[in-house]
Amino acid sequence: MPHWLIEVIVVLLKGVGVAFALLTTFAYMTLVERRLLARMQIRLGPNRVGPGGLLQPLADAIKSIFKEDLRITRADQLVYTLAPLIAITCALAAFGGLPAGPPNSFFGANPWVYSLDVGVLALLALTSMGVYGIFLGGWASGSKYPLLGGLRSAAQIISYELGMGLSLLGLLMLVGSTSFRDIVAWQGAHGWMIVFQSLAFVTFLISSFAETNRTPFDLPEAEQELVAGYLTEYSAIKWALFQMAEYVNMITASALMSTLFFGGYKGPQFLNALIPGISEWPFIWLILKIAVFLFVFIWVRATLPRLRYDQLMRFGWKLLFPLALGNTMFVAFYLAYLKSWGLWPLGVVSLLGVVALIAGSDRVRPLWNQPGVRITDEAARLPGGD
Amino acid sequence: MGVLEIGRGMGVTLSKLFQKPVTVSYPEQRATIQPRFRGRHVLTRHPSNKPGEPGLEKCIGCSLCAAACPAYAIYVEAAENDPAHPTSPGERYASVYEINMLRCIFCGMCEEACPTGAVVMGNEFEMADYRYRDFVYSKEDMLVGVTGSVPQRREAARKGKPVRLGFQVPDGVRPELEGVKYE
Repeated sequence: MPHWLIEVIVVLLKGVGVAFALLTTFAYMTLVERRLLARMQIRLGPNRVGPGGLLQPLADAIKSIFKEDLRITRADQLVYTLAPLIAITCALAAFGGLPAGPPNSFFGANPWVYSLDVGVLALLALTSMGVYGIFLGGWASGSKYPLLGGLRSAAQIISYELGMGLSLLGLLMLVGSTSFRDIVAWQGAHGWMIVFQSLAFVTFLISSFAETNRTPFDLPEAEQELVAGYLTEYSAIKWALFQMAEYVNMITASALMSTLFFGGYKGPQFLNALIPGISEWPFIWLILKIAVFLFVFIWVRATLPRLRYDQLMRFGWKLLFPLALGNTMFVAFYLAYLKSWGLWPLGVVSLLGVVALIAGSDRVRPLWNQPGVRITDEAARLPGGD
Repeated sequence: MGVLEIGRGMGVTLSKLFQKPVTVSYPEQRATIQPRFRGRHVLTRHPSNKPGEPGLEKCIGCSLCAAACPAYAIYVEAAENDPAHPTSPGERYASVYEINMLRCIFCGMCEEACPTGAVVMGNEFEMADYRYRDFVYSKEDMLVGVTGSVPQRREAARKGKPVRLGFQVPDGVRPELEGVKYE
């Protein structure tokens, strides 16, 4: 067999493996999430199917596959069917670019499916392509609520995409490369990126919540306002595919945060003294870090209420976007004129920014939440109104 | 909603993660209900003065419960008592007493209306069944001494096991349910 063919087969196998792993993780994420949410609400959660509810994802899968798939008369059948496929494909394709270990560490193969020099950009592009699934799904349903929901979700995701991309620019300028391997190597040499770019991490974290449609930004599924948003007309396996895409996006976002800000696949160095080379083991560290972030996602869902749509948009454009832009400009300025001071002042300033944000979080709230102001203005203008 | 408040809220949810859940795993664990819970009706009897024989039925067939019932769930047919072997202490007794459990809204108005305290709402709530006609409970299903609802008894007969009641009442039963034995 020629060399290139073996490579193609290996890449294909790895791709299938990643997709399979992601789908399994998705299935069990639903169970873990339901159990954790239940425990946080002092309930038990699903525990009927199988020991401890372990077969619940299987039961859900069987149910969604064999459930009646409704045919919508007014729907554009082709686009209606394609939309969930687009969503899940983009979600699954994005993950392959993330390195899960040092080169050639996975039985002599590279522990990633593809490695591009424009890694971060390609991944951001792929994840944001998922919005096509949502928007087309909403449009092709041939009904008004999904259309409104799709429009709204598209606006939300595009708005937060800006904050997400901008908050990464400082990091990319520091590293000087968009390849994930370079970013991880840089962090191995200088320390985790969270130390130098905590402000960027905060903005990135918030934008990821909005990007993956998770609480408190899960407006695409706002049942109270839009029945179920873009999902209204979907049922059975198509609906499940959308859910799948959402969860896979969540896993990708967690992996992205781990790789970009928390040292990626590298483990803590001091453990090398106990077991030599443990910090270089593939998969383990990345999976651990992903698990931590997934827990945070669930934890936040258990705590925070949903934002209103205008609050969401105002928050994104008036706070998140300027913050990320300011951070980018500051890092650019620092690197251009003050690089000789070393990296630590950058980290301190970033941390000060986060502290200022936390301290002033009640002061800046009117930026995106103006309770009652407009109502009183309008009431004052009404003749005879008080 | 400042960040610190969000942090406090996150702390609350995290602390709940380590608390013992309050869920009752119902079919395995018996549900605990309040003594004043209004469940399946019970037709009570007077205490017996002859040992070994059940006391007289309290119901005198006056139909006031049927009149008071807002859901029209109760049907009563009265008949004259046999003076030698009376069924109830009054002149008449209920020869037919039926409650349609599908119509019943468990409001307790029948209890309020009953002049003799004959119809009382008990604590039993496991009444799910498959057929419409099985939901019309008659005297045999409600008179004192009958344990469990119709579906419960049917289930017990099918499995060859004793009737299992779906509740625990912490402070014992209500005094008006005299003669009714609850586990």
